[in-house]
Amino acid sequence: MTAADVQGPAAIQAAFDRAAAQDRAALVIYLTATYPDPATSHACMEAAVDAGADILEVGIPFSDPMMDGPTIQAANQHVLDAGRTVSDQLGFVADLRHLDVPTLAMTYVTIADTRGYARFADECADAGLSGVILPDLPAPEAGPWVAEARRRGLATVFLASSVSTDERLAAIAQVSTGWVYAAGLLGVTGVQSVAGEVTAELVTRIRAHTDLPIAVGIGVKDRDSAAEVARFADGVIVGSAVIRAAGDGDPDGAPDRVHALVGELRAGVAGR
Amino acid sequence: MSVTDDQPGATTGPTREGYFGDFGGSFVPEALSGALAQLAEAWRTAQKDAAFTEQLDRLRRDYGGRPTPLYRAERLSEAAGVEVWIKREDLAHTGSHKLNNVVGQALLTARMGKPRVIAETGAGQHGVATATAAALFGLRCRVYMGAEDVRRQRLNVVRMQLLGTEVVPVDSGTRTLKDAINEALRDWVTNVDDTHYLIGSTMGPHPFPTIVRELQSVISVESTQQFDFQAGGLPDAVIACVGGGSNAIGSFAEWIDVDGVRLIGVEAAGEGVGTGRSAATITEGREAVLHGSRSIVLVDDDGQVQPAHSVSAGLDYPGVGPEHAALARSGRATYVAATDAEALEGFRRTCELEGIIPALEPAHAVGWLLAHGRAALGDGARVVLTMSGRGDKDVDEVLEVGGFDVGVAKAFGEDAR
Ligand SMILES: Cc1ncc(COP(=O)(O)O)c(C=O)c1O
Repeated sequence: MTAADVQGPAAIQAAFDRAAAQDRAALVIYLTATYPDPATSHACMEAAVDAGADILEVGIPFSDPMMDGPTIQAANQHVLDAGRTVSDQLGFVADLRHLDVPTLAMTYVTIADTRGYARFADECADAGLSGVILPDLPAPEAGPWVAEARRRGLATVFLASSVSTDERLAAIAQVSTGWVYAAGLLGVTGVQSVAGEVTAELVTRIRAHTDLPIAVGIGVKDRDSAAEVARFADGVIVGSAVIRAAGDGDPDGAPDRVHALVGELRAGVAGR
Repeated sequence: MSVTDDQPGATTGPTREGYFGDFGGSFVPEALSGALAQLAEAWRTAQKDAAFTEQLDRLRRDYGGRPTPLYRAERLSEAAGVEVWIKREDLAHTGSHKLNNVVGQALLTARMGKPRVIAETGAGQHGVATATAAALFGLRCRVYMGAEDVRRQRLNVVRMQLLGTEVVPVDSGTRTLKDAINEALRDWVTNVDDTHYLIGSTMGPHPFPTIVRELQSVISVESTQQFDFQAGGLPDAVIACVGGGSNAIGSFAEWIDVDGVRLIGVEAAGEGVGTGRSAATITEGREAVLHGSRSIVLVDDDGQVQPAHSVSAGLDYPGVGPEHAALARSGRATYVAATDAEALEGFRRTCELEGIIPALEPAHAVGWLLAHGRAALGDGARVVLTMSGRGDKDVDEVLEVGGFDVGVAKAFGEDAR
């Protein structure tokens, strides 16, 4: 049985377990769906998995992405300017089922809420997704969404921050399924570098509340930073650097560029 | 932690933590959780602290020029066919109602020990007010402003810079207020340890809509007393323009529980409702999350936020504060819209009939009243209208888009501008 046959939290846990069995951190790769164009994007997803990504986060663009820095903002805007709808994006995701890794949607609460949580959960599950990440949905507001996600067997990964109180970390650990996402710095995606010590401490604090895998994202961009984070986290999440590889330069070369970068990152996460 | 505990049970006051009916909440990255909790706590303790109230009152009076007058506008009344009482927020220091909120939040910033403030601004009035308070309190200040608004509200950019504030033009998205808020939120997520985001309207995540409402309610605390004293009895309607909704909620607050007083918010209809070039959020929008709270927003079927359009930078926003969404849904307040053309007419008539150069934002309220007031409210109805700001900042824009034949500007010719 392949990971694609098992959806949801179990598939995600299996991906982390496989990495742990190889004595390394899991590698989670973010790519914006259909960026820079659907065919190139599809090939980039395949390249990422071929080069060693354990889990994919597929970005569904939102017009006002407040957690994202210039790189992912521009990728989002590029896709929106091309007129692609959320249904188009989910159709694109459904064509990734052959990839042997769990896939999660990364988007903003406005997208899910405007569609209606029930419909969005249905559409994500039907597209073969294992889970959803909504970085602007904090735990205290999460009840209605989590109920719909559970109904369809979708994981919901919540973000924790170094400023979160222990009380909030407990709440985040409780509502999260799949993994807990530890933010590697105070800031948006793709601008600064991960704050190693502070983040290691955050991971330790989260660990007190959960047995779920803990993955660190925001601020990881290359082999060295991936290796640094892999020393204290179960997973390493990389986004903006991969988007730059996909988008900077001619589209024909994008899959190779993504393959090369993900290969480097994979070496990084194994380097502990 | 809850800022709602101590609030009187106003009919529209927050119900659940940070909610006005179905609207409000706190949809922001976890990184802001600490700062929002700290702000709610600072506000809660400040409200119980007589020294805070006393400081706020003193600043508003001695520095800010409050109370602002309520003035019976005879000639405008004649033109509109209703009796118009103007609440003169344009006479407050910095030229708009924005300082009411800013001095309160600046005091909270000092109580939280934060040395830096950031703000978004559309028309530049909130930016100027924040820059003013930053100078007064010795805070570092950066203001985000859409590049399009930098162009059309140039006077206020210069004012902010003179006050020692760094103005950052925002080139992303629609290059207006919405994008300035995105950029301010990104700055806050990054610098949350030492920075307070001094939000300029009754919007954003909890507790901002509540704090801004309470700080702006000074408008109607004064106007209820002034109307009773100067006019006697109750007005038939209270009317204010609505961008994010701060001057309107401040103008409505004390009247919400008073039976028989209609509350009318005037949104910007741009080129017209239904043209796709409007900022009439409540009239045309649907329920959605924007900038940290659930309210009514101009979004498409996917939830993508649609560009707003208005001649007035301060109303050019595709969202609205959550309490207005609740007041609209409950029917306690009515939201109407005035087009660019109606606003320009309101602008011109206020200049010519009352000797007041209004900001383009409240000119929408005047424009609606001139066009529809008599029909909607009845002959001779008594109306309190909030003149939320003065129009110096708008003169260039009005000459350009209004095409007014102003002799002086003409005499000096294009080159002199
Ligand atoms: C004079 C004036 N009135 C009204 C507004 C709209 O804001 P709000 O709806 O928060 O009062 C602005 C915003 O810039 C303004 O400058």
